[in-house]
Amino acid sequence: MFSYYCRLAINSIFRSKVHSALTILTIALGIAACTITLTLVTSMSANPIAHKSAQLFRVQLDNWDPNQAAVAPNLPPEFVTWTDANNIVQAKQAKRQSASAITWGMVNPAKQGLTPFLAVMRVTSKDFFPMFDVPFIYGAGWDESAEHNNDYVVVLSKETNQRVFNGANSVGQTLTMLGATFTVVGVLDDWHLSPKFYDMSYGAFSEPEEMYLPLGLKAEFELPHGGITSCWKAVESERYDAFLNSECINFQLWVELGDPNQMSKFSLFLTNYVEQQKSLGRFPRPINNRLFNVEQWLEYKQVVKQDVQVMFWLSLMFLLVCLINAASLLSAKLHTKHSEIGLRRALGANFGQIIMQYSLEIVLIGFCGGILGIFLAVVGLHGVAALYAGYGHLVDLNITIAIGVIALAVLGTIVAGLVPVYTACRPVPAMQIKQ
Amino acid sequence: MLAMNNIGKVFTTDVVQTHALKDFSLKVNEGDFLAVTGTSGSGKTTFLNVAGLLETFDSGEYTLDGQDIQGLTDRQRSQLRNEKIGFIFQSFNLIPDLNLFDNVDVPLRYRGFNAAQRKERILSSLERVGLGKRLKHFPAQLSGGQQQRVAIARALAGSPRFLLADEPTGNLDTEMAKSVMALLQEINQSGTTIIMVTHDESLAQQTQRQIVVRDGRVCDSGASSTSPQADSVQRV
Repeated sequence: MFSYYCRLAINSIFRSKVHSALTILTIALGIAACTITLTLVTSMSANPIAHKSAQLFRVQLDNWDPNQAAVAPNLPPEFVTWTDANNIVQAKQAKRQSASAITWGMVNPAKQGLTPFLAVMRVTSKDFFPMFDVPFIYGAGWDESAEHNNDYVVVLSKETNQRVFNGANSVGQTLTMLGATFTVVGVLDDWHLSPKFYDMSYGAFSEPEEMYLPLGLKAEFELPHGGITSCWKAVESERYDAFLNSECINFQLWVELGDPNQMSKFSLFLTNYVEQQKSLGRFPRPINNRLFNVEQWLEYKQVVKQDVQVMFWLSLMFLLVCLINAASLLSAKLHTKHSEIGLRRALGANFGQIIMQYSLEIVLIGFCGGILGIFLAVVGLHGVAALYAGYGHLVDLNITIAIGVIALAVLGTIVAGLVPVYTACRPVPAMQIKQ
Repeated sequence: MLAMNNIGKVFTTDVVQTHALKDFSLKVNEGDFLAVTGTSGSGKTTFLNVAGLLETFDSGEYTLDGQDIQGLTDRQRSQLRNEKIGFIFQSFNLIPDLNLFDNVDVPLRYRGFNAAQRKERILSSLERVGLGKRLKHFPAQLSGGQQQRVAIARALAGSPRFLLADEPTGNLDTEMAKSVMALLQEINQSGTTIIMVTHDESLAQQTQRQIVVRDGRVCDSGASSTSPQADSVQRV
């Protein structure tokens, strides 16, 4: 009987093409809107480094104004000073530690036809790469000695390597930048963290930097302070090192801790460190150190903005409205089938068989709606990517969402169609035949 | 055998109750060709619907082929209807989207016959009504008389014990009506019990028995005037 019902369902869909197309389109629109927002919300709220999420900690120290908290009501600033960043990285009390900041500088490539360009750079510690599982296509990060000696070494993003070295293995090649000659030690593979949890200064979904340099070179080349810079008291002079030695914050500080025991040890170390700094006249506020793991940090930063979540709920409402519309279209269609339903009952079909026959038609319509909805969603997501540069990596529809959405379409259509089907099948056959 | 004893059927709306059948009693023997006549609203069609298990009844007893109908589930009623009863309607009630083959196939699908059995029955019943060569035609491509013949073929395909016909010639011209009536008589002679609701006195007289329904009751019952038992019409 199943194949018979399938044949009847397909016949019925094709016999009323316009009606079926309208119902399918209604479902598809709801599914597409829901899929687009679901994809965006899922991508935005995903933990990009879930397997290490509990071992990576953002370090916050409260060096702020004694009369006013950095963040109300009593939270420490999100960044640390140059002094604290260097002190804590050099103390090596965690399994790994990295301080970093965004900066920029001129690059003068030797490649013919390529004019000098301004590159966005990150000055950081060598541990940055293994801590965040940064993938390399060639080479690796710099070593302890390069970091200690402030060697002129650089790690390039894949895109920059493509631009400057045509994508070839450039490890060992030199590159003129910041007025000096740097040696390429590594080239990153595709790396699009979303959200870019380690530094959300330019937005949680901004692209990674084009180049990575040892932290110490920031002072040597007096590189500009990118990202967020904030000071609670005036810098003593205009000199570059005056800023570095001030209480101005600009550096992201992350540590990797091996186990919970190490976390308590590291917390104690931070407490002792702040006590020591207090004795030097810094840290006028009570000790207020914070360690957030990645999950906690994403939550603290409210990466998925409330309006995106509202948009998601609105799209669900839209889907509901579409399903109600689909139900009313199905109801109208089934209304014209009363006589046939009555006839089939008269010829021996029981209630269950009639329900099965029309439910199968509804399932097919829901399935078609789901498939078309996914197609529309893919088009919509490409539209989002075209409209908002930098969001391209967020708009890939994953297979789980696609399957889930088709299931949702079928389930939603069954739920929406069940009432019309039940209503159409319920009257006694004699009445339906009369209709 | 079909036996109804004191059957009552009431249709209730918010404002009015209509007693469509009141103490309706009737016995139809195997092989009978019974005509049910009466004025509009007398309860003929309600009787036919109750007899065909398309409608439930509120009181009384009804046995069909020895089986008590009261208390049967929807599934049991549907099965009984499928196996023992064939329907012929005034407006033919063919499914316009299906060709003749598929229209006749409908009751056989619910009966659970395999493809070969179905094909054999469909071809044989369509041959019987003279439409064996028009299997792929759709109802709209046929005349009214031909459509009614398809409906008869559909009713016969499952070899039912009872054929219930509601004004089977009501939508046909005289010539077509005659040919359909002749077909019904032939079917009856081959052993199928037929109950036919009609307004047409001349058609009713061509059957073996005739009952007159008035106000939901059987008020006249006996052999039809042109049948051999014409002198045995009794007032009840």
